[in-house]
Amino acid sequence: MSEALTVDRLHFAFTVTYHYLFPQLTMGLALLILILKTLALRTGNEHYNRAARFWAKVFAINFAMGVVTGIPMEFQFGTNWAAFSKVAGGVIGQTLAMEGVFSFFLESSFLGLLLFGEKRLGRKGHWFSALMVFLGSWLSGYLIVATNAWMQHPVAYAIGPNGELSLTSFWGLLLNHWALWQYAHTMCGAVITGTFAMAALGAFYLLVGRHDDYGRTFVRVGVIVGVFATIMQLFPTGDGQGQMLAQNQPVTLAAMEGLFHTQAGAPIALIGQPDMRKKRLDNPLEVPRALSFLTYRRWESTVKGLDAFPQKLWPDNVPIVYFSYHIMVGLGTIFILIMGLAAWMLWRGTLFTFRPMLWALMLSLPFPYIANTAGWMTAETGRQPWIIYGLMRTAAGVSPQVSSGNVWFTLLGFMGIYTLLSILFLLLIYRVVERGPETLKTTPQPAHGGDAAR
Amino acid sequence: MMGTIWFCLVALMIAMYVVLDGFDLGAGAIHLFVARTDEERRLVIRSIGPVWDGNEVWLLAAGGTLYFAFPALYASAFSGFYLPLMIVLWLLILRGISIEFRGQVESPVWFRFWDVVFAGSSLLLAIFYGAALANVVRGVPLDDKGYFFEALWTNFRLGPDTGILDWYTILVGIAALVTLALHGALWLALKTGGAVHDRAQRLARSLWWAVLAFTILVTAVTFAVQPHVPGNLVDHPWGYIFPALACAGLAGMEWFILKKDDFKSFLSSCAYLLGMLTSVVFGLYPLILPASANPAYSLTVSNSEAGNYGLRVGLVWWIIGMILVTGYSVYVYGSFAGKVSLEGGDETY
Ligand code: HDD
Ligand code: HEM
Ligand code: HEM
Repeated sequence: MSEALTVDRLHFAFTVTYHYLFPQLTMGLALLILILKTLALRTGNEHYNRAARFWAKVFAINFAMGVVTGIPMEFQFGTNWAAFSKVAGGVIGQTLAMEGVFSFFLESSFLGLLLFGEKRLGRKGHWFSALMVFLGSWLSGYLIVATNAWMQHPVAYAIGPNGELSLTSFWGLLLNHWALWQYAHTMCGAVITGTFAMAALGAFYLLVGRHDDYGRTFVRVGVIVGVFATIMQLFPTGDGQGQMLAQNQPVTLAAMEGLFHTQAGAPIALIGQPDMRKKRLDNPLEVPRALSFLTYRRWESTVKGLDAFPQKLWPDNVPIVYFSYHIMVGLGTIFILIMGLAAWMLWRGTLFTFRPMLWALMLSLPFPYIANTAGWMTAETGRQPWIIYGLMRTAAGVSPQVSSGNVWFTLLGFMGIYTLLSILFLLLIYRVVERGPETLKTTPQPAHGGDAAR
Repeated sequence: MMGTIWFCLVALMIAMYVVLDGFDLGAGAIHLFVARTDEERRLVIRSIGPVWDGNEVWLLAAGGTLYFAFPALYASAFSGFYLPLMIVLWLLILRGISIEFRGQVESPVWFRFWDVVFAGSSLLLAIFYGAALANVVRGVPLDDKGYFFEALWTNFRLGPDTGILDWYTILVGIAALVTLALHGALWLALKTGGAVHDRAQRLARSLWWAVLAFTILVTAVTFAVQPHVPGNLVDHPWGYIFPALACAGLAGMEWFILKKDDFKSFLSSCAYLLGMLTSVVFGLYPLILPASANPAYSLTVSNSEAGNYGLRVGLVWWIIGMILVTGYSVYVYGSFAGKVSLEGGDETY
């Protein structure tokens, strides 16, 4: 019956990973565009308006990609995970339906106005549409994260006679503690992607000596917001997520840390490869007692290792969980260093002329994407073997009648279409970057028609 | 009780989707014929540009609401219609990017390519939607656990081992294409001027006769294929108001097409679509997905609804949400009211 399980998992992992490449940037940019619009409104300087218009164009292309890749996500709950949907729909249908009704309508309506309504709406009105797009995308982020958080940490449900779950408390579902921390951390991650993208493009313009004044604005806004976001990514939000795990999924935490044996004063591993046969980390490089302190705030406390749990409760791929977690945290630390250094140089007034730092900013562009993807990999493979943690096994969640051949067919289809999409996307982004913010007036505009934005 | 309320609300949302996204699908399906030059085609795309994404959100919101209100049905139908749904997704992707990316590169080859993709995907979507509806009406081979799986086609006959496509569902698919093409033609007549407007008006006149013929044919065949539908009408005669709405819409369309009143003929087409869809939904109630082999396995409003508490809370936010949605839609459609033109800025579309 579950011949299709592996393919179904690959199918979901592939499509959602691809989808999330776009919303992480749009959610981050939505905030940055709002900041640029606010600066324009406060200073009356047209420069900021033009900068906002330029990023709105980048936003629009990403948004289109987010929309077309998001629709398959919504469908897949039913197509590939029918048994799961039948059981859980009574609870998470709530947040998924609300996402459609509240945020998708909001975003799609106001994005058209943001892109093409500048003249018609006036300054305040146009600022307002930037605000609404920001709210729409961040609300969308909340509702989808709350859905995922419920799968990580189910709350507010009752089990019916046939095993179906039903909701018992609306606010319990929406204010799930897990969701609050997860949302804070995920949004910080999205802002990191946004700020690195903005700073990287600014650095590029400065390095090639084009659009210098925009280059400076992009770097300045990117770095100032980025320094806060990168720090908050570690503390309090990353730490908060870790606390939730320690309380509710200790076995996942052990896998993430590569802690095979329960111990008092547990160390944190910086380097080391999990060896599943010998049940230990090879060539570990560790900070003594750090894990105990981070988890329980006491250097001596005991942290449960994998050996404290029966092997059938372990995440089924410990090395992936371990590595993706270490990649995320390693990159997070590097981000803090980069943004911190850049902010210090910005303050000293040397950043715009110190080319090695500009190079560093420019080249870091891909890494937030990697960190965000790695973070999700940690969370999602760490949740295994449960589709609803502690309640339902992933193997029990697949669609009973959909055979693996059919799932392969559609997985390959998605791979083909997404390859095509990637090529188009890169081409279009390249053209936007190539033209730069100044020439925007004479360039063709993307969809949505109506009157021109000037 | 809650199940019935949500049955109506989901049906309403699906109907909204068909009426709204229907005109941009229809416009896409016919745009190669009614718009010949690049300028004319740009005009067509511009007439739907600001609204198509919002229209498509109705599909997502309806899907989400279906999931929320009838999880068992969602699970069964989405996994059973696995193949056609995935194909619909691919078509939606291609269609979305052909609208959004066409204007990005200034080159006749680029334009031509996306024009054809846009037309092809719109056309196939219309057919698939019709076939999907027909599958629901005809019934599917549900098993005792409430699941089924249908291949794209088997032997094109009705019977125990049906595929997504058989002669009945293909017939309804073509009927849907013709109906939406008419809907789209009326939209284009309303929103454009010049040559596109005239061609759309002319096309609408001939399409109307095709729609009339298909309406009669499909209704007759449906009554034979799914006796539950006429049965419901006989048992609850007040339900005749739905087919009556469809007939009024159909007659109104012809009347206003002849009078060249573009606005009212478009509204009549909306009424026709609403009437047809509500008739089907009324005819099926309380079934949501009839089982073709053993009627006892059919999914109904009561055996697939979600928990009562959730459905009650949902009513609160749904109403608030819909008030907001109505607000934005009125505002957006108002902002882009009137005929579109290629003047007013430097956008290519
Ligand atoms: C730019 C991206 C990024 C960066 C630099 C970090 N994270 Fe992260 N992290 C995410 C992006 C992310 C994420 C994609 O947003 C995740 C995936 C699921 C989730 O809720 O958030 C996540 C999950 C996540 C989890 C939960 C895993 C689970 O649920 O199994 C923990 C404990 C941390 N993070 C901790 C950290 C720490 C201590 C970091 C140190 C700097 C850190 N993250 C950097
Ligand atoms: C961390 C995970 C996710 C986040 C934060 C997220 C966020 C977003 C955001 C902000 C958008 C708006 C489009 C954009 O800005 O690019 C979007 C689009 C969309 N997402 Fe995701 N998404 C995630 C994963 C998923 C999943 C798992 C689903 C499946 C239920 C999904 C379904 C959708 C849909 C249907 C759209 C299109 C909406 C539209 O038409 O406007 N997303 N997503
Ligand atoms: C956008 C960021 C996300 C990424 C990169 C991601 C990644 C993954 C991966 C890698 C898997 C396969 C896990 C495995 O089989 O080992 C998976 C499974 C799954 N994820 Fe996510 N996920 C994301 C967000 C979400 C969200 C927001 C939801 C729910 C709303 C969700 C729901 C699921 C479901 C239902 C499965 C399939 C069942 C399972 O394997 O547990 N995912 N995801």
